Amino acid sequence: MILFWALAVLLIVSAVFTVMQKSPVHSVVGLLINFVILATLYLTLNAEFIFVIQIVVYSGAILILFVFVIALLSSGVGPFPEGPNRLPRIVAPAAIVILAAFGFLIYGLARAPLGVLPAHISTSTSGEVGQANVFGSVADFGSALFSTHLLPFEITAFILMVAVIGVVMLAGDAAPDRTRHRPKRRPRKREPIVKANR
Amino acid sequence: MPVDISYYVILSAVLFFIGVAGVILRRNPLIVLMSIELIFNAANLALVAFAREWSNNAGHIFAFLVITVAAAEAAIGLAIVVVVFRRSKNVDVDEVAGLRG
Repeated sequence: MILFWALAVLLIVSAVFTVMQKSPVHSVVGLLINFVILATLYLTLNAEFIFVIQIVVYSGAILILFVFVIALLSSGVGPFPEGPNRLPRIVAPAAIVILAAFGFLIYGLARAPLGVLPAHISTSTSGEVGQANVFGSVADFGSALFSTHLLPFEITAFILMVAVIGVVMLAGDAAPDRTRHRPKRRPRKREPIVKANR
Repeated sequence: MPVDISYYVILSAVLFFIGVAGVILRRNPLIVLMSIELIFNAANLALVAFAREWSNNAGHIFAFLVITVAAAEAAIGLAIVVVVFRRSKNVDVDEVAGLRG
């Protein structure tokens, strides 16, 4: 209960921090703390696999995407006019915040009913931890994902492929000055080659 | 002792409305996208909480699908931000009015 309230307060504070910050980089830091705390909340809800996915996908992939786009957009703008003197002021609060988040993660791991007693059992009470009949375990999740929910899983793969193709078509083009000089009808050039081959 | 589900749902609602406030109030497209991620996370928290309440892991499956869709959405949204910035050099969503009727 204490763990839940501490995590809830930290979650809301980090979300407000994310929304209210002026600089997008500070928002990304707030979002990272938010994601890690939310992953710990998932662990208190017996959702082991969602916890891992939250850490890997959100705070691993999506945040890196945000950081790269911020770096891409602000390159040449000069967002750090104060120079390297800012670093020592940031280090101490950053270390405190990171250690606090890590401490909560460890505390949540220690408090989570992983090895002691499965609090919620989906089908029977005789399951070992890690078996498919313990609610929220990875085996439970995987067997449900690949048996009863197989079609949504495959549609998810299709959605990801569409997203990748869309991103490549949107932003994967060449530099704008090079696209401007591109000849517009490229396929017409190939016709004499075909005739020469005959 | 397990925490009651209503606390999780209230927390999810608070997180959702913080995200909505970010989408409405902020003008930086990156922070708008981050607020959308907050909204996705609020939905996931509610899904996982209800999954534990009924000991049914369909909520976990759905949260997994939501995370996947959120990843796709973030990728496409950031690509759109990059393209818009490349064309018009601004980072204000109110200034991007090229599709206004």
